Amino acid sequence: MNDADILMTPHRQSVLRWQRWQDFLFEKTTMVFALSTLVALTGIIVSLFISSWPVLTTFGFEFFYTVEWDIINSKFGGLIAIFGTVATASIAILIALPLSFGIAVFLTETCHMSLRRPLGTAIELLAAVPSIIYGMFGLFVFAPLFAEYVQPALAGTLGQLPGLGILFTGAFNGIGILAAGLILAMMILPFIASVMRDVFEIVPSILKESAYGIGCTTWEVVTKIVLPYTKTGVVGGVMLGLGRALGETMAVTFVIGNAHKLSPSLFSPGNSIASTLANEFGEAEPGLHYASLFSLGLALFLITLVVLSLAKWMLIHAEAKKGMKS
Amino acid sequence: MSHSTFKDPSIYARRKRANFIGLVLSMSAMAIGLIFLLWILSILMFKGFSALSLSMLTHSTPAPGSEGGGLANAIVGSLMIVVSCSLLSTPIGVLAGVYLSEYGDRSKIAAITRFVNDIMLSAPSIVIGLFVYALVVVPSKHFSGWAGTIALSLIAIPVVVRTTENMLKLVPVSLREAAFALGAPKWKVSTSVVLKAAKSGVMTGLLLALARVSGETAPLLFTALNNQFFTLDMNKPMANLPVVIFQFAMSPYDNWVSLAWGGALLITLTVLALNIVARVVFREKVAV
Repeated sequence: MNDADILMTPHRQSVLRWQRWQDFLFEKTTMVFALSTLVALTGIIVSLFISSWPVLTTFGFEFFYTVEWDIINSKFGGLIAIFGTVATASIAILIALPLSFGIAVFLTETCHMSLRRPLGTAIELLAAVPSIIYGMFGLFVFAPLFAEYVQPALAGTLGQLPGLGILFTGAFNGIGILAAGLILAMMILPFIASVMRDVFEIVPSILKESAYGIGCTTWEVVTKIVLPYTKTGVVGGVMLGLGRALGETMAVTFVIGNAHKLSPSLFSPGNSIASTLANEFGEAEPGLHYASLFSLGLALFLITLVVLSLAKWMLIHAEAKKGMKS
Repeated sequence: MSHSTFKDPSIYARRKRANFIGLVLSMSAMAIGLIFLLWILSILMFKGFSALSLSMLTHSTPAPGSEGGGLANAIVGSLMIVVSCSLLSTPIGVLAGVYLSEYGDRSKIAAITRFVNDIMLSAPSIVIGLFVYALVVVPSKHFSGWAGTIALSLIAIPVVVRTTENMLKLVPVSLREAAFALGAPKWKVSTSVVLKAAKSGVMTGLLLALARVSGETAPLLFTALNNQFFTLDMNKPMANLPVVIFQFAMSPYDNWVSLAWGGALLITLTVLALNIVARVVFREKVAV
């Protein structure tokens, strides 16, 4: 018998047992809440799968690569919506990537110290503006200007190119795949820029200082030191933006034009998965139409799941470098 | 590399030029971002303030084609949905965050939860609307304010979990050890020492989550839907600002569109104010 056991009077033992019981209860309760996100994720996949089951049995995988969307005759294919989603998100990334890289470089390298905080906050506020505002802005302000100035200019220059020109033909009505992509680009820009800024700050200053010391210019430091060092983080940030762009509903619904047709021109109105859901789900009758919309939702969720998982995985790797720094 | 390259003056000129072009481009990217923010905000102010009036706050949404009307039912509906969402997501999110930070160091469950939580953070909100539709609206056979609350909570909880965990991690380990040394059980250390020390940080997370959900439209489309009339009954379809803005902005009626701009201004001002307050709360914490 040691001293500790002598101190353990029956009363103290019971207090200790009670505390252990409380601790156990607390750990398990918090664990249940933590698991709720896991439950939500599985719940979403399972419920979407169950609700879209009629489509998968009727059309099979054909649903994902057929064009028809005939509500009256109950023939459904998701290709137009899937194409619209991928096209708008790709345009958005193409435009947002260089812009957000520029912003991140400016905020981490060239910007005066006293301006970094306010300018960084301004970019973050751009991310806070609700997406429906982007949509309204796109429809009422951006689309008319786009139709009057940008579309004719694009058709006159890029539209004349052989082959590629077909992307920039058609009526100048302001709304369409390209306009939706542009609005999306402005929406995801702050997300990508803030991830890039965060990973750029991970770069050990000794690396940058050595580069400056041997006479590198700022641009050389950014492209030859910072960018290679933060490669995974930057790609992760871009994927994160892509995930956002794929699932965005309101900004796209306002400007994509909501037409169920497939056209090679980026000027023509189209539809994305999210905009189809927003427009048609309210009026859908239970049955195949309804199940088709759920299948589109399932496809969207699975695509974003893959993209976001890759993004997260890459960002974790980028984060690991931060550990090496200290 | 031959010795002569170092003496070649053109290479310096080229490097200088590349540097100049690169930095000018990066500066213009920043300018584009700022101009866009100012453009959106000024349009919103311009169109929103001209729509703003007292009757907008006191009258319910007008019938198609009729004059006048306001957004009173939508404003009250949005407030009720967002407040009940914060009441629902705060305890869940904070406790989950406590688990990840206090017990999650070595557990596999925590690692998976953290991963899934970060994915849910950017999951498409419209799919969450579909999920809640299938889960709540279909069995109960009607749209309701509660369904909207649940949908928004699914979006808010990941935000709260993430910030709570990050903020609790900032609390020094020595503080926990001091409490343990006094014989406090772990649950007491977590709730009355760690959580208390990180209070303002956790508040920041809650405010940011609120800001995030107040502007969300997509998940409310299939859950709370809309209601032309004033109601306080969360069991019924409920008017809310985002969905009203969506329907009115897409409508052919001029006064509906103008009301939509008014609502858009209200929502944006609320969201930006929440964001700024969150930053101020957090900065005070850092200063202490």
